[in-house]
Amino acid sequence: MKYEATLHVNGVAYPVEIEPGRSLLSVIRTEVGLTGAKEGCDDSECGACMVLLDGRPVNSCSYLALQADGREVTTIEGLTGDDGELHPLQQAFLDQGGVQCGFCTPGMLISAKVLLDSTPNPSEEEIRLALSGNLCRCTGYSGIVRAVQSVASG
Amino acid sequence: MSAATYTAAGSVEEALAALAAGARPVAGGTDLVVGARNGKAALPESLVAIHRLSDLGGIREQDGGLVLGALATHADIVASQPVCDRYTALADASAIVGSHATRSTGTIGGNVMNASPAMETGGPLICFGAVARFRSAGGEREVPLAELFAGPGRTTASPEELLTEVALPAPAAGTGSCYARLEYRRQMEIAIVGATAVVTLDGGTVSDARIAITALAPTIHRVAEAESALNGTDGAADAVAAAANAAAAASQPITDVRGSAEYRRAMAAVIARRAITTALARARGERFPIPASPALHGAVNGGAA
Repeated sequence: MKYEATLHVNGVAYPVEIEPGRSLLSVIRTEVGLTGAKEGCDDSECGACMVLLDGRPVNSCSYLALQADGREVTTIEGLTGDDGELHPLQQAFLDQGGVQCGFCTPGMLISAKVLLDSTPNPSEEEIRLALSGNLCRCTGYSGIVRAVQSVASG
Repeated sequence: MSAATYTAAGSVEEALAALAAGARPVAGGTDLVVGARNGKAALPESLVAIHRLSDLGGIREQDGGLVLGALATHADIVASQPVCDRYTALADASAIVGSHATRSTGTIGGNVMNASPAMETGGPLICFGAVARFRSAGGEREVPLAELFAGPGRTTASPEELLTEVALPAPAAGTGSCYARLEYRRQMEIAIVGATAVVTLDGGTVSDARIAITALAPTIHRVAEAESALNGTDGAADAVAAAANAAAAASQPITDVRGSAEYRRAMAAVIARRAITTALARARGERFPIPASPALHGAVNGGAA
């Protein structure tokens, strides 16, 4: 059986009709059509699917889409300004070599934003801890940590 | 993933009616949905979402103790000053659940009712004498946490009962506590081995010791031999070692993907010792970071304790 719900993604209302077992990630990617958030492990280990739900981080592969009915979802696409200008964290990831294959990047950026929103000037230890729910197989993390530091100290 | 029907309860009464009709509750879904996605257990046929029940949220003072609403998240618990000050081991535990995404989404109610023998908050809740409060269409019931866990993933609650609150009695003056775990990864991890210590000092003597082991038996439980090894002592190193060894001797670990029984048994005394040492230090008024685990593993300040 399908149920009606309205997801507010990056400020736009999307009415959807979905089965109870559907994950928030699959609905964002398929019904809403925003493919920034990624399915990595599909098991809540890697953080590639991380989005904000009412401003708080959630691994969207493991959250029921129907529970997001009427709530605000922010994906990586929502970090970019209306004019297409990159968020300072996005630019820093590019500048500091924080992106290689790019698969972990959307989740990394969401995690980094959550960190900086609560802790504007984190130590390297705090950055590494905050991002340790997000796995990256390419960069060795150094470029990612540098990117977050550059925005924090800026 | 299955789940044929879904309803989002608008009141506790609606949720209770749905449970009585056979639905199963979902709050943050960080265990239920993850378990379904990795094939551990399919989603229930019928789901009642309880995330909108604001009556079940929050943390409040009651009779000198604290009441955790079932929907209080781990992030709420870590952010609570009374928890950090008086129930420090619980803060240690909630602070290392999952990642910040898990802690923002996962609830204490779901954590308790998932009844994992490796759950971080179980040992602290048992040692603090927590009581689970249930409601069902038939009435209300209170169950001490120590009597709630029946086995891995099993509780003594019946399916139509909804956990609404977890009540923590006031700890005695002079109490310090710590939860420590062995971990391979800083986040998105659960205990390989865990230990909780809640100790009360009276004039430098341990007047009450509560020690529980995690991921070392089918259920998290206190170890009376470890507690009596510490009770009445001044908490010196030999007494701490005796208590930690007694905790390890009570373990019945299993071998699984996260560790062998031999490794768990070998690490049990180490982790128990770290928890007891830190709880004693906190009881003496010494500051120790929350969560304790990273510092105890030497990741933050060069290997205290």
